[in-house]
Amino acid sequence: MNALISTALSGVVMMFAGLFIGNKQRIKFVAIVVLLISFAANLAELSTIGAGERTLYGMITISHFSILFNAIALGSTLIYFLLSGSAFEKVGEHVSDYFALIFFILSGITLVSTFSSLLILFLAIEIMSIPQYILAGADKKTPKSTEASLKYFLMGSFSTGILLMGIALIYGATGTFNVAELGLGAGKVNTLALCGIILMAFALSFKVSAAPFHFWTPDVYDGSPTVFTSFMATVVKAGGFIAFIRVFHGAFVGERLTADWQLLLAIITAATLIIGNFTAVFQQSVKRMLAYSSIAQAGFMLLAVISMNTFATQGIILYAAAYSVATIGIFAVMIKLKDYTFDGFNGLARTQPVLAITTTIFVCSLAGIPLTAGFFAKYFVLAAAVQQGNLLWLVIIAVICAAISAYYYFRVIIAMYFKQGEAETAEISGSFKLMLIITAAIVILLGIFPGLLLQFI
Amino acid sequence: MLTVLLILIPLVAGLVTFGLKGSGPKALGLVASLASLAVTVAALFQFRTAPDALQLTANWIPQLGAQFSVGLDGMGLMLCLLTAISFLLIFIVIYNREYERPNSFYGLMLLSQAGLVGVFTAYDALLFYVFWELALIPVYFLCSLWGGEKRIPVTFKFFVYTFAGSLLMLVGLIYIYLQTPEHSFSYASFVSGAVAPQDQSWLFWLFFVAFAIKMPIFPFHTWQPDTYEQSPTPVTMVLSGIMVKMGLFGVVRWLLPVLPKGAYMWSDVAIVLSIIGIIYASCIAIVQSDIKRLIAYSSIAHIGLMSAAIFTNNEQSLQGLMVQMFNHGINIIGLWIIVEIIQNRLKIKNLNEMGGIAQYAPGIAIFLVTISLANIALPLTNGFIGEFLMLSGLFQYNVWFMAVAGLGIILGAVYTLNMVQKVIFGQSNQLTETTTDLKGNELLVLIIIVGIILVLGFYPKPMLELVSSTTELVNKVY
Repeated sequence: MNALISTALSGVVMMFAGLFIGNKQRIKFVAIVVLLISFAANLAELSTIGAGERTLYGMITISHFSILFNAIALGSTLIYFLLSGSAFEKVGEHVSDYFALIFFILSGITLVSTFSSLLILFLAIEIMSIPQYILAGADKKTPKSTEASLKYFLMGSFSTGILLMGIALIYGATGTFNVAELGLGAGKVNTLALCGIILMAFALSFKVSAAPFHFWTPDVYDGSPTVFTSFMATVVKAGGFIAFIRVFHGAFVGERLTADWQLLLAIITAATLIIGNFTAVFQQSVKRMLAYSSIAQAGFMLLAVISMNTFATQGIILYAAAYSVATIGIFAVMIKLKDYTFDGFNGLARTQPVLAITTTIFVCSLAGIPLTAGFFAKYFVLAAAVQQGNLLWLVIIAVICAAISAYYYFRVIIAMYFKQGEAETAEISGSFKLMLIITAAIVILLGIFPGLLLQFI
Repeated sequence: MLTVLLILIPLVAGLVTFGLKGSGPKALGLVASLASLAVTVAALFQFRTAPDALQLTANWIPQLGAQFSVGLDGMGLMLCLLTAISFLLIFIVIYNREYERPNSFYGLMLLSQAGLVGVFTAYDALLFYVFWELALIPVYFLCSLWGGEKRIPVTFKFFVYTFAGSLLMLVGLIYIYLQTPEHSFSYASFVSGAVAPQDQSWLFWLFFVAFAIKMPIFPFHTWQPDTYEQSPTPVTMVLSGIMVKMGLFGVVRWLLPVLPKGAYMWSDVAIVLSIIGIIYASCIAIVQSDIKRLIAYSSIAHIGLMSAAIFTNNEQSLQGLMVQMFNHGINIIGLWIIVEIIQNRLKIKNLNEMGGIAQYAPGIAIFLVTISLANIALPLTNGFIGEFLMLSGLFQYNVWFMAVAGLGIILGAVYTLNMVQKVIFGQSNQLTETTTDLKGNELLVLIIIVGIILVLGFYPKPMLELVSSTTELVNKVY
């Protein structure tokens, strides 16, 4: 609740900050301060809920899980502001508005992690999505950005419609929006509700860019200003997964029912893993590769959605953190480069050794190499799927895809270290390097002691 | 405590080396490898008096039941000793060679040593997996940065191959972990026999493929000759002398005791694959004209015999395997050192361009002949006792398997002696006439190697005693 209020207020504050503060650096500073306040307010709520959870008017439920996820989302955003906040001014004039929009997305994310009514879920997804359509088109001078925005908006609103349709069908079957009271699991599977569940699965798959609903992702991620792609592909996507896992693990549980949607999602997961990984192999631009890699990583996170056990909940938290931090780091480095193709990274190890070594750590984390956070993230989702028992075929597909993913991630390392070239970069400040090193240290710390994060669940 | 020190010395030294300049990296590499050897020797003594003191367990990830648990048994000690000796020898040989960016080179070498020692000492399955992967990363960078012309695609293939294998193993580890009653990764709960026999049958392959790629066994070997050829020779020494032992070690420590029924079910298949590898690699080695590729294929053949010996299910061949793991490491590193010296002098790898070196560099010739004879397991050299025990074990298992595997010895003699002949005898040419003989540090290293070859050839008892605890234990489980 605190996080919701503080992020929404922060958004308003940032909107007005543009009126009174002319200096763009100072606007970034204000944004970081209000984000820190939101972060603290979110953690402060821990003391009010004690060991249990608190429900407000049957609409919102605050639990340890939601506070932990909010902390991860806000913390990742903090890293994002510190690393890439200065790049906002290159996009356009309205820097404070961009910050405001990001805070509104964050308030949507805090709702996603706390909803206990399907109506709130719908609102949360909309609050998350609409600012993204604007951010995608923020670079008004380039047609690609406008195209991305329009494409995202059309497809996004269509999928929101499907989500609403699904919710309506479930309401028709059960007569309630309240997640805890749906009672779908008992007895025979209600056909009407099952249709609703399938429609919701499709709509949420669209939001997390799972195949075959992923076609918007590469174009939107490629067309949007890079600095906003970084946010959309990480924190927002993690928010989508929290919606997914909470609604499916919380509301649609039942002996027969679970098996029904599990099969559907297992097929979606397999398709996402295969399409994401195989297509990423053929990309020439790192930005597009990261777009497909975000699809591929979504496949791994879907493993957690399918598996109904504690490994899955721990896994999604760890995965959200590991994936967000590493991807934000890579994007921050990429923004500094002149050329977004793999060749643009050639020889970066010689010109900018700090950037190269930290990028290597981020890339290793995405590939799931031990001693980085990404390893334990993959470990937990794989363990969740293995424990599920009947999904071993999917696990084997997943590990083969993980091996393929090493191929395209390591192309970045090969370009930086083993290829000749002079990677051109914008001017790199000492504080940026320091921030990169801190981010890389977080990745390694979580890779050695994942318990630091998991102990809070 | 000594066990942790064994991992920490190369790890810390490696990290420090990245920041050094000039001849600092060389010196630190030498000092660190000497220190590692000293600690290993100390551990050897402690193993006789108080073996339990070498075990250490600390909390790591309580949510998972994973612990930082390291320890040394006979086999682990033997392999740590091999690692320590090998790295020391490698660092001495390359002391007066110049590498670009020596700080990164020596740093990565030391990190790979830390990873290898970690693999040999881990007593927790997750920790084992982490070290297993970590040993790979520095080697990947070493090959890609300092290797030959085709290094990038070749090492890439090597990396993706081994990474895919390890991920399959990870699935197997997770599955077994979920079967253990208390959900723990500790060695004790892994060997407690919690896995149902029908599961063991397919779990076996998840592990076996990972280990088979590392060794490598036919048909998982295709990365190996290219990688050995393209890597800088010091790295090839690490790869062929020590890293292949990771695969053999993995089978003995984490496959046989954990999945005994699975291993029993598939032992015939594994042995047949290994024997195909022996014959196949030997035949290819005979027609090689590149000296590095020849030794690479000879390594596949030797490893094939070792992996066949593992699955024969008797103590004799396991003893032979243990002894041979050590001796093969020493011999193959010796051969690579000679190759490195020849390459340093002549800058060629093609056997047909060599010849007559014996006239101009008798030292090289003497050592090449001695080490080659050890490599083909001549009696009174260290290679004999291991191969004899392994073949005798294989004989007890199945006469025909032994007969075919025995052919490998004959073929081994063919290609090894052929190589010796082409390198040091025959007509000399303009290039080989310029060969200069061994220098001080090279001589020192080769004398040490030949010393080990002869001592263990005459008197292998200390080595057999050292590993006896492991071979007895494995046999009991089986």
